[in-house]
Amino acid sequence: MARGMELDPLLQGVLRGDRRALARAITLVENGAPLATPLLRALFPRTGRAHLIGITGPPGTGKSTLVSGLARAYRGQGLPVAVVAVDPTSPFSGGALLGDRVRMGKLSGDPGIFIRSMASRGSLGGLAAATSDVILVLEAAGFPRILVETVGVGQAEVEIARTAHTTVVVEAPGLGDEVQAIKAGVLEIADILVVNKADRPSASRAVAALETMLHMGQGRAHPVWHHGQLMSLEAPAPSETDPAWEVPVLRTIATAGEGVEALHRALERHREWLWETGHRERREQARMARAVESRVLAVLGRQLRQRLPGGDLAALVARVSRRELDPHTAAETLLQGLTREPPPGA
Amino acid sequence: MAEEKIRVLIAKPGLDGHDRGAKVVARALRDAGFEVIYTGIRQTPQMIAEAALQEDVDVVGLSILSGAHMALIPKVVELLRAQGQEDVLVLVGGIIPDEDVAKLRAAGVHRVFGPGTSTREIAAYIRRAVAEREQASHAQQPDDPGQEG
Ligand SMILES: Nc1nc2c(ncn2[C@@H]2O[C@H](COP(=O)(O)OP(=O)(O)OP(=O)(O)O)[C@@H](O)[C@H]2O)c(=O)[nH]1
Ligand SMILES: [Mg+2]
Repeated sequence: MARGMELDPLLQGVLRGDRRALARAITLVENGAPLATPLLRALFPRTGRAHLIGITGPPGTGKSTLVSGLARAYRGQGLPVAVVAVDPTSPFSGGALLGDRVRMGKLSGDPGIFIRSMASRGSLGGLAAATSDVILVLEAAGFPRILVETVGVGQAEVEIARTAHTTVVVEAPGLGDEVQAIKAGVLEIADILVVNKADRPSASRAVAALETMLHMGQGRAHPVWHHGQLMSLEAPAPSETDPAWEVPVLRTIATAGEGVEALHRALERHREWLWETGHRERREQARMARAVESRVLAVLGRQLRQRLPGGDLAALVARVSRRELDPHTAAETLLQGLTREPPPGA
Repeated sequence: MAEEKIRVLIAKPGLDGHDRGAKVVARALRDAGFEVIYTGIRQTPQMIAEAALQEDVDVVGLSILSGAHMALIPKVVELLRAQGQEDVLVLVGGIIPDEDVAKLRAAGVHRVFGPGTSTREIAAYIRRAVAEREQASHAQQPDDPGQEG
């Protein structure tokens, strides 16, 4: 919770790498507190250099265990690492049980690592609405690698592909029908595919299924946020100056650390590819378009809700439920009322 | 838009590997609307304090059965204070002899919940204690516009 706090010391603290200030700043941003906006504004010029890595996949496939291994690999490389681990908010109580740290105990005691758990707070798609702002704070605090673990939702977690530079999709054998488990856009968002729990007998089948699907889906595409819509932009034909990225399918046994080094290397290779080919800028543009748009939409939505005459709304809804009016006509009536009214404060 | 949630760290210090009780409390607190960070078993005081710092929690709940409470819990309180988290509520659950309860209170533990305490009672206590602490911190800062909520 945010208790008596001022912008300047907080800002200086974050930039200095003070962990308490950083943790406080994240809370403010997560809560959408009034200080969050000036804070993010002041921190923004210090961002834009980190490699943002999304780790997604169905529940229980070993994402947290892999994140822990990866963080240690980066530490071996001498790089500080921040981890943001998102778990779902219960729609009934509004509470959340954030358990990803259980698998990250080995990371404790290292001042080069900062782990923060986040509840999704009602947003769907595997992240929280404030996740990208929390990432900005961590970038400004100087972390060159930021690992973001999504909620294990098992569906197309496109949200992470709009938030990270590199998306790792973690599958595990034995999730039932392999094809079922890797449906819904997973191949479009994956830059790296991992079959974890490779100690299980059906691992080879899962790897084979993924490789087949990869080869069938030609023309590498990456989802891009364009004019308010998620579009899958065909990647331009690869050339000598713009080589295509071949999505690798890696096997890991996260609990034993097996294959984690190879995953780490694949991530660093993808980072080089992004940075050298100009793909980083493309993804960065899509990320920033979304950052701007989501703010505009959030503010417009709030303003519109405030201007909706509550009594009219309730009366109209009552008529709709009695089938005296259809929802379209009710919506049009409300919208006409809005466009006639002057904006607040005018 | 602004939304504040009470954040609670639940940890199990000491070497015994039973975390059923801690998990039950963690789930119950989630169902009471808190954001609960569960760190698991075999946590050292250093690990607990570090997690409390990074997660910026309002409450640290320690579940302990091993009898090592006097060695571990005051250390957690001390580390929290040293890192500027003196306002975090420290709660303990487990079987603690009466004379130790008094000592833990003196060391800065806010409340010890014995076995059989209902999770509803724990949730209500947390809600009340966090609200009181918020009020106290506002009262100390007359200049605070009080608009963080
Ligand atoms: N056999 C086997 N078990 C593993 C492996 N990796 C992780 N596990 C186990 O799988 C379980 C889930 O691991 P997590 O790392 O928590 O998985 P997760 O994907 O983060 O889970 P959620 O965040 O709940 O979606 C744990 O019991 C791990 O010990 C592996 O390579 N092999
Ligand atoms: Mg996890």
